[in-house]
Amino acid sequence: MSIKDAMNRKDHFRRAVWETPFHPRTSALNTLNEWHRWKDYTTADAYFDEALEYAAIRNACAVFDLTPMTKHLITGPDALPFLNRLVTRDVAKIKPGKVGYCVWCDDNGQVIDDGTIFHLREGVYRLCSQERQLDWLTRSGVGFDVTIVEDTHDVAALALQGPTSCAVLKAIGCTGAEKLKPFDIAYFPFAGSELMISRTGFTGDLGYELWIDPERALDLWDALFDKGRIHGIRPMGTHALEVARIEAGFIQAQVDFHPADQAIMLDRSRSPFELDLGRLVDFSKPVFNGRRALLQEKKNGSRFRFVKLDVEGNKPARSAYIYDKNKNVVGTVTSAEWSPSAKANIAYASMHMPWGRPGDELWAEIYYQRELKWSRVMARCRVVEGAFWDPPRKRATPAADF
Amino acid sequence: MAKYDAIVVGAGHNGLTNAAYLARSGLKVLVVERNPWIGGAAVSREIEKGWIYSNCSYVCSLLRPELFRDLELARHGLQIVPYGGGVSITSNGDILGNYTDEQVQRREFARHNPRDADAYHRYSTDVMRQCKFIRPLLLRTPPDPTSLKPRDLREMIFLGRELNKFGEQFIYDTLRFYSMSIADFLNEYFESDVVKCHLSGSGIIGSAMGVYSPGTAYVLLHHYMGDVDGSIGAWGFARGGMGAVSKAIASAFKSFGGEIVTDASVERVIVKSGRVAGVATESGTEYHADIVVSNLDPRRTFTKIFDPRDLPPAIVEKAHNWKIRGSSGKLNIALDGLPEFPALGKDNPLAYGDMHFLDSLEKMERAYDDWKNGSWSKEPYLDLLIPSMTDPTMAPPGKHFMSVFVQYVPPKIHGRDWTDADRDGFKNTVLDQIGRYSPNFKSLVRHVECRTPRELENEVGLTEGNIFQGELTMDQLLFNRPFPGYAQYRGPVKGFYMCGSGTHPGGGVMSAPGANAAREILMDLRRPNIVPAGWRDD
Amino acid sequence: MTDRDRIVVVGGGHNGLVCAATLARAGREVVVLEAAAQIGGASVTREFAKGFKVSGCAHLSYLLDAGIARELKLASHGLKWARSGMKTVALAAAGDHLVLDGGKLESGTLSESDRTALVAYHAQMLRFARVLAKQHNRRPPRLGGGGRSDLIGAGMLGLDIRLLGRESMREFLRIAGINIYDVLEEKFDSPLLKGALALDAVLGTNLGPRSNNSVLALLHRLSGQALGNNGPSIPEGGMGAVSEAMAAAARTAGATIRTGSPVARITLDGDHVAGVELESGEKIAAGTVVSNADPARTLLSLLGARHLETGFVHHVRHFRTKGMAAKLHLAFDALPAFARLPAELAGERLVIAPDLVHLEHAFDHAKYGQCSPDPALEITVPSVHDKTLAPAGKHVLSAIVLYAPHDPRASGDGPRRELLERTLGVLERHAPGLRRQIVASELLLPADLEREFRITGGHWHHGELALDQFMMMRPVPGAAQYAMPVGGLFLCGAGCHPGGGVMGSAGRNAANAVLATERSA
Repeated sequence: MSIKDAMNRKDHFRRAVWETPFHPRTSALNTLNEWHRWKDYTTADAYFDEALEYAAIRNACAVFDLTPMTKHLITGPDALPFLNRLVTRDVAKIKPGKVGYCVWCDDNGQVIDDGTIFHLREGVYRLCSQERQLDWLTRSGVGFDVTIVEDTHDVAALALQGPTSCAVLKAIGCTGAEKLKPFDIAYFPFAGSELMISRTGFTGDLGYELWIDPERALDLWDALFDKGRIHGIRPMGTHALEVARIEAGFIQAQVDFHPADQAIMLDRSRSPFELDLGRLVDFSKPVFNGRRALLQEKKNGSRFRFVKLDVEGNKPARSAYIYDKNKNVVGTVTSAEWSPSAKANIAYASMHMPWGRPGDELWAEIYYQRELKWSRVMARCRVVEGAFWDPPRKRATPAADF
Repeated sequence: MAKYDAIVVGAGHNGLTNAAYLARSGLKVLVVERNPWIGGAAVSREIEKGWIYSNCSYVCSLLRPELFRDLELARHGLQIVPYGGGVSITSNGDILGNYTDEQVQRREFARHNPRDADAYHRYSTDVMRQCKFIRPLLLRTPPDPTSLKPRDLREMIFLGRELNKFGEQFIYDTLRFYSMSIADFLNEYFESDVVKCHLSGSGIIGSAMGVYSPGTAYVLLHHYMGDVDGSIGAWGFARGGMGAVSKAIASAFKSFGGEIVTDASVERVIVKSGRVAGVATESGTEYHADIVVSNLDPRRTFTKIFDPRDLPPAIVEKAHNWKIRGSSGKLNIALDGLPEFPALGKDNPLAYGDMHFLDSLEKMERAYDDWKNGSWSKEPYLDLLIPSMTDPTMAPPGKHFMSVFVQYVPPKIHGRDWTDADRDGFKNTVLDQIGRYSPNFKSLVRHVECRTPRELENEVGLTEGNIFQGELTMDQLLFNRPFPGYAQYRGPVKGFYMCGSGTHPGGGVMSAPGANAAREILMDLRRPNIVPAGWRDD
Repeated sequence: MTDRDRIVVVGGGHNGLVCAATLARAGREVVVLEAAAQIGGASVTREFAKGFKVSGCAHLSYLLDAGIARELKLASHGLKWARSGMKTVALAAAGDHLVLDGGKLESGTLSESDRTALVAYHAQMLRFARVLAKQHNRRPPRLGGGGRSDLIGAGMLGLDIRLLGRESMREFLRIAGINIYDVLEEKFDSPLLKGALALDAVLGTNLGPRSNNSVLALLHRLSGQALGNNGPSIPEGGMGAVSEAMAAAARTAGATIRTGSPVARITLDGDHVAGVELESGEKIAAGTVVSNADPARTLLSLLGARHLETGFVHHVRHFRTKGMAAKLHLAFDALPAFARLPAELAGERLVIAPDLVHLEHAFDHAKYGQCSPDPALEITVPSVHDKTLAPAGKHVLSAIVLYAPHDPRASGDGPRRELLERTLGVLERHAPGLRRQIVASELLLPADLEREFRITGGHWHHGELALDQFMMMRPVPGAAQYAMPVGGLFLCGAGCHPGGGVMGSAGRNAANAVLATERSA
C-alpha cells in the first residue's frame, strides 16, 4: 500500500510519524540516530558528523532527503494567470523547463510563504513550499479554470549539492546534466522510470534536486551512492543544510518570517520588502495578491528591514536582540551561524525602520554558555550586502566535475 | 443569631471562590447552601455504590489558572488531568477524531477533505486570535459603555487598544464572530459536512439555539477560550470528578476561616432601610451581614429570594426577561465494563475524549427543532465521555463511569411539566442512540442517573436547568450580563452583589465571576485588592 | 469630455437611477445601462396579465429617502402617492382581525396591557430605528484602519446611540443583536399581534422570528418611518412609478438611460476600469463604472474574481444572498372579500401570520430548502387605491410569500405550482371564494427573481441584512465605502450600506463617493 493510501485509512493514527521512501537507506546511514519531524515524515538532523556533512556540501557533494517538502501540481488552461495573480513576480517569465523562486502574499501584502515554481511542461506547474497551501491555493483558484492537487507523497525528492554533484549525475547515466543552467529542468530515463533533475538547491553551491517516482526511490539512492563513492558523496542532515542555507542567503518560513496566514498579532508578519525580497515584486502586473497594499507600502514606507549581519567575534548571535548605539532595541536576529566557509559570524536580522542601513552602528547581545557558565557579550555588527558564500561554480555552465 | 461581614448564598464554585477571597481579605464570611452537599453544578456524588458521578458539569478547561494557583488549590487536593482524544462517529461507521498531534490531526481531516485539512489551520488561527482577545478580559470587570466615570472610560480605552492590536480586519471578524451562526461561520472555512458538524458541537452545548441560529459562533468561542497548562482550547478532568473543584475551593475558603452551613435554603434576603442586612432561611434562621452575595442565577436571585417590594420594579422585569432556557439534559451511567465502539477499532485513544454521533448540520438543527416544538430531540446531540478511562477514582477497577450530556432537552414537555414517564422516554432515546453505535453498551448498564431540566432545577437550583445561568448571547454578555447597568457585580440594593455564572464572563467552571465580584466588593469596602489579575497572553 | 470622464452606471434600479441623477446633477456625463426592457430593477411595475399591472417585486414604499425625493424633485417628475400611511391588518382566520395604525390599535381585541405595550413598543422601535436612519446618508466609517473622517464617522454613530439616553441606549445595545421572538414574548400576550409584528422583522430575510438579527431587520424596515415617512405607501402606477420619476430626474439632469442593454463585463485597463462591454459586443469606454448590480454579480461575474485579490473574493463569495421570499400576483374580476373585513380596509396592508410559532414553523422548512407548507403573507390590493392598475371594477393582488428558499437546482414548474396551491389555500382560508374570482395568477420564486432582475440568489436586499453584513461590513469588510479595490469601480446597490428597500440612499452615497474620489485624485 502506498503511503498516501495508508494515510487515508481510519487507523492512520497508529503511526504519528511516517518514513519517506528513502528511509531504509537514510536510517541505515544515520549512525547518530538523530531525527526530527518535518510535516508527516521523520527527517535526519545529522548522520555521522555535522561538520563533515557540511564539508561534503562545500568540498564534494552531499545528499539531502527533501521528500517531505510540500508540493502542489497546478494544471489547467488558467494555470499561468492563476499563478500570476497568486505570486508577486511575473510567472510568464518562467518558461517551460525553468524554475523560479517566488513569494505569495495575502491581501495586505504580507508574506504567506515562499517557494519555487517548477514549470514542468507547457502549462503544467509544480509549486513547492514550506507550508501547506491547499486552502489558500484553492481559494485563490476561484474564477480560474485551474486544477490544484497536493502531490507531496507522489514524488520522492533528493537534493544533491556540492562541487562534484554534476559528476555524480553523469556517472549514474544522466548524460548532458552539465549543460543544465541554474534553474533549468531536464528529464532523464532512469530505472524504467523518469528522473527529473532541476539545477536548484538551498545551499548556494553547484547542486541539483532530483525528483522521482517513490517506487524508484531506493534505486536512485543506491545509484547515487554507488557511483558517487569516488566523488566523495555523503548524506547530510538538516543541521549541515542550515549552515549552508544561511551562508547562501536563503530565508525560511517559521524561522526568518512568520507566515501571514498564521499570524495572530498584527505586527508579526512581513511584506516582501521587509524580507529584502523587493526584487520579486512586479508592479507592472495589473493584479496580484497584495499589490494594492504593497503599492501603499512603497509610498508610505515599510515597518521593517531584513538585513544580513557580520557579527564581531565567533559566538553565533542566535535569537539576539540588536541594539543601536543608545542601547535601544532596534531589531532581532532570526537566524545565525558560524560560517565555516566565510570564516565569519553571520546572522539575519529583522530590523525596525530605519535601522539596518549599511554603516549603522549596531550591537548584538549574545548569551553563550561554557562549562555551565553563562556569559553575555555585546558584539558589534556590520550590515553586509549579498550572500556570505557565492562561488562562481554555482553559476558556471557547463558545470565542472569538481 | 450570628453577625457576619459577608454572606454568600449558594456554595457553587463561584460562590465559594468569592467567599474564599473575601475571607482571605480578613472578612468573616458565611456560605449558605440549600443542599446537604456543596458544589452547585460542580459536584461529584456517589449515587451508585463504588461509582463517583460528576453529576452536572463533567469536564474542566475554563477554571482560571491564575485563581487555581493563587488559592493554592493543588494544596487543597485539586488535580486537573488533560484527556486528549474525542471523536465524532457517523452513522456509516466513519469517524472524525481529535488527535493532539498536529500532523495526525491534519491527516485525519484530510481523509475527509484535503482542503479542509489546510483550512483547519486558518480556522484555528482565527479562533485563537479571538481567544487571545477575550482571555485577558475574563478577570476584568466589564465597563459600562454609557458611563463617563474614569474607570469605565479607562476600561473602554483598554478594550479599544486591545482590539487595535489585532488590526482592522480583526474588529470586523470580532463583530462577525459574535453575531454569526456557527454553521455560517464554519462555511467560510470548510466544505465537508462531517468536519463542520464535528466542530459545531461546541457552538450549541448548553445553548437554546441551533447550529443555524445566529449567535452560536460565540458559544463555540466560550468553549475554546480555556486551557490546560497553556494549551488553549484543551479540556481535562478534575481528578475525583468535578466536585473536587468545589471541594478544593471550599477547603481554601475554610483555611481562611470561612464557615459553610448546608441544608439551609435561603428564603429571603433581608433588606432594611434600603440596604441588605442578611438572609433568612426557610427554617427561620437569620444570618446577619452588611454584604450579601448571590451565587444564584439572576432570575432566581431577583424572583425567588427577594421581597419584590425591596427591588426596583425594572429589575424584577429584567429578571423575568432574563433568557435562561433549559436546553440540556444529562445521563450519568454506571457501567460494568468498557463499551465497545466498532467504528473506533481496538484501543483507540480517541475514546479517552468526548464522543459524538453525528452526520450533518441539518440533523443537528433538526434536534433543535424538536426542542422548539416542546420535546426532547429524537436524535439528540450527545457529548459522551468515559472519565473512568482516565481517572481511576471514578469507578471500581474494570468498571466504568459514563457521562452523557444531551442537547436538546426542553424545560417543559409541550408546555406541561415533565413526568417520570417523559424522563424514561428521554432516557431511552439517549441509551438507544448510544446502543446503535456500541452493541455491547446496553448490556453493561448497571445504573442510570437521568437528569432533565426538571432535576437540574430542583437539585442544583439552576432555573430551567440552564447550565450557564443564562444564555450566552450578545444581549447577555459583557456589559449586558446579567443586565445592562448591573454588569459590575453590584445588585440594585446597597450591599447586594452577584457572583454567579449569570455575571461576566459567564458559564462554565471558571471561577472568574466569583473572583471578579470579590474584587468589586473589596473595592467598595476600601480594602486592598487581593484578587489576582489575569495573565497576559501573547 | 474624454472617455475617462464618462461614468457608466450598470443597472437602472432605483439606486442606480438616484446615483446617475446625482452624478448628472453634478455635471458628469452619465450613461445608465439597464438590461431589462424597462428601467426600475426591483422597483418596477409589471403587466402580468393583459390589463393587469402590479408592482413586480417590491410592492410597498417604506423607506424612500425624503431628502432624495426633494433633491431630485420626484413629485415634479410625476411621482404621486395613491395611498400613504397604510394601516396594517393582521388577518385572523376566525375573523377577529387586528387593525393597527402604527402603535395604535384601531379595531380588534387586545388586552389593556397589550394595547399599552404596543404604544410603547412602537415608539421605542421608532426611536431605535432613528439611530439607523441617521446613518443612511453617511458613508460607513472604517474601523481601526481608516483616517480622520472614519474616526469622526464612528464617533457620530456612537454619539447617535448615546443620545438615546442612558436607559434607551442600554436597551438598544441589548436588543439590536437579538431576535424579535424574545422581544415580543417579553412584551405581548396576543398571538395574532405577535405574529403580525414578527412578520415585519422577517419579511424578505433568511430569518425566523427566533433568529438573532431579526430585530435589526425590523429596525431597518422602520428606519424610513423614523425619518418622517408616513409608513407603508403605494405610488400611483405601482413601484415602477418611483423609478420612472427618478429616471426622469436623471434624464433632466443630462444622464443617458439605455434599456435593453445588458452589460456582459466590466473591462479593465491595467488596474483601473476602462469601461463596459455589452452582451451585444458593443464597448462603452468610461473612467468610472458604478454598479447597481449585486456585489457577487458585479465583482465575480461582470468583473471576474481573477482581477481581485483572494481574501476579498473569499469575503464576496460568502456574502449571504439566499432569497427566501416569493412574490404572488393575482388578477380578480371583482374585489376579493376577506372574511369579516370591512371593504374599506381591503386596500390596507394585510398580513397573515397567525402567531410566532406558525411563523417559526414556516421558517423551519425553509432552513432545509423546502417551501413553507403554510406560508405567511404580506398582501396588498393596490387597485383599491390606484385605478390605473386594473380594468374598471377589476382588481390586482400582490403578496410576498414566506418562505420560499432559493433553490438553483429546482427545475420544472412543480415547485411553483405546489407553492401557488398552498398560498391560494391560505388565502382561501381567509377569503372564502377568492379562488373563484381569480382570472390570472403568477408566482415568482427567488429563482425567477434571480433571472428576471439579475439578482444573485434572488434576494430582495441583494444580501441578508444581519449584523455581520451591516453598515461598515456591507457588503464585505474593508469595501463598505462604495469604492471597490479596482480603480474607478463603485457599487451603488442594496448590497451596500444602508441596504435593501426602495430608499435611494445607497445610490446617492455611492455618487458622493465617486465625487469625493475625483476630488482626492
